[in-house]
Amino acid sequence: MGTTDPQPRARRTARRRVLPYLLIAPTVLALAAVLGYPLADLVLLSFQDMTRRELFSGATPPWAGLAHYRSILSDGFFWTVVGRTALFTAVCVTATVALSMLVALLMRRVAPWVRTAMTGVLVAVWAMPIMVAASIFRWLSDADYGVVNWLLGLLPGLDFSKHNWFENPWQGFAVITGVVVWGTVPFAAITLHAALLQIPVEWEEAALVDGARGFRLFRHVTFPAIKPTAVLVTSLCAIWDFGVFNQIWLMRGGQPEKDYYLLGVYSFTESFAVNRYSAGAAIAVVTVLMLLGGAVVYVRQLVHLGETE
Amino acid sequence: MNTPPGTGSSGVLRLRERPNSPHRGKRRPGLNALGLLFGALMAFPIYWMLLTAFRPAEEIHADPPRFWPDHLTLEHFRRALGTPTFWANVRASVLIGAGTVAVSLLIGTLAAFALARFAFAGRKALVMVILGVQMIPLAGLIIPVYLLLSDAGLTDSLPGVILTYLVFVLPFTVWLLRGFVAAVPVELEEAAMTDGCTRLGAFRRVVLPLLAPGLVATSLYALVQAWNEYVLAYVLLSSNDKQPLSIWLVSFQTGFGTDYGGLMAGATLTALPVAGFFALVQRRLAAGLATGAVKG
Repeated sequence: MGTTDPQPRARRTARRRVLPYLLIAPTVLALAAVLGYPLADLVLLSFQDMTRRELFSGATPPWAGLAHYRSILSDGFFWTVVGRTALFTAVCVTATVALSMLVALLMRRVAPWVRTAMTGVLVAVWAMPIMVAASIFRWLSDADYGVVNWLLGLLPGLDFSKHNWFENPWQGFAVITGVVVWGTVPFAAITLHAALLQIPVEWEEAALVDGARGFRLFRHVTFPAIKPTAVLVTSLCAIWDFGVFNQIWLMRGGQPEKDYYLLGVYSFTESFAVNRYSAGAAIAVVTVLMLLGGAVVYVRQLVHLGETE
Repeated sequence: MNTPPGTGSSGVLRLRERPNSPHRGKRRPGLNALGLLFGALMAFPIYWMLLTAFRPAEEIHADPPRFWPDHLTLEHFRRALGTPTFWANVRASVLIGAGTVAVSLLIGTLAAFALARFAFAGRKALVMVILGVQMIPLAGLIIPVYLLLSDAGLTDSLPGVILTYLVFVLPFTVWLLRGFVAAVPVELEEAAMTDGCTRLGAFRRVVLPLLAPGLVATSLYALVQAWNEYVLAYVLLSSNDKQPLSIWLVSFQTGFGTDYGGLMAGATLTALPVAGFFALVQRRLAAGLATGAVKG
């Protein structure tokens, strides 16, 4: 609307008031229909008893109350899976963030052509679909012809020929951790490096003049400057790693053994392999509630960033 | 974080040439070597995939493994391309990816514009919802989403899958683009409107061109999400010819046993489109991350 527009002022402000709601309407509708409604349905489902019969006939499943929650929460196996998921997340996130931070710092100090090469590799790895990454790591750790076994066999005193990495879940998870970390380091390192580039040169130069070196310089000057980004990257990684599904599914050929269950896999197999849809839903609800912990940190950090803009 | 998106790309290039490290000028060969070693380690799995895909079967099973190609062959690719549903799967993947990207950019930009430019009741609540729903793991919602889509008659149909992916990429899309819109000075828009542009015209001629890096970063994100997803497509799409490449790759794995030559050729083909898109936009990517994702 130009300023010469003869339109009455009242109508213009009314339009201005409605406009933002029109703009957000498609997003809000889509989120409500395909995310809000299923989420409510998920909670409802966890209090019912949905079996294959109700799924296909469309009949309303019988009410089960808290029965599923009671049986899950009193089941030792569920807590084993929770503990395993937490440990897996902690290991993956620590490894990813620590490695990415070192790489981001290193990228500032190498020659430009080395930095270009590193960025190129990181972007290439980033572009690898999860399914592709999992296939590659399965091949690398293959029992008969895998390169990893051959390399480890070169070390004195170790015999890794025909070694099956997935026989022992600890070793299997080491390979899975490898895929996950390999896949997330590019995002984390490039984002952290981008944040490092935004630090005014003067800050670190002043600290250098004041005699700060090495780790002290990092702790008191560099890290505080990129802390918001670091928190963001860490919480995003935590959320992703907590929900890891594809990598395990693929590396175990679509039939993960119970030793390889994390919460996502557990909920899925309960629902679709055993057809206990409601028990699966209850596990999913508990998973979402646990993720809310990570969500709080993440959302607060983002809102904080938005306000200080 | 203060680089406006319009100058984002050139800003990054400038920074690349003259990084703001306090250690400028004191390059150490040891660090360069470390950087290259890291690059080589990260690149090795991709190299090994390509090498396995292009070498004859007897070399794949050589003991000890050989790290340089002696003979190259396309036989594995021929086998992968020869699977009956390959081209149908490519088509499904492309349609799902393009659909998700197009719709999420379209409605995401509208919402991002509203969030960045207007103060309205419920704005804060919307921001919390948008940030909060990103926590919800897709795998947890499969059951109710399946029930919903089967009520709507959208199971085993690509629009159903696109709709679902859309909802999962939309929150981050809106948030990312909001940062980019906020970085475009509102005065530019007002000046255009004073000069006789309508609001839509001002948006199209002034804001949209400056949003380019943000749109690139966002579409990359949406494409990768759609290309990577497996479980939901696996549950929702039952016809072989509607399934995307991620499912094709998995079926390939079971179908060919431990035929790693074929598997790696299939993996290469699956990765190719996304890798190409990344290569095309990688300059913009760093700029997008620096301004959009980090800026609130």
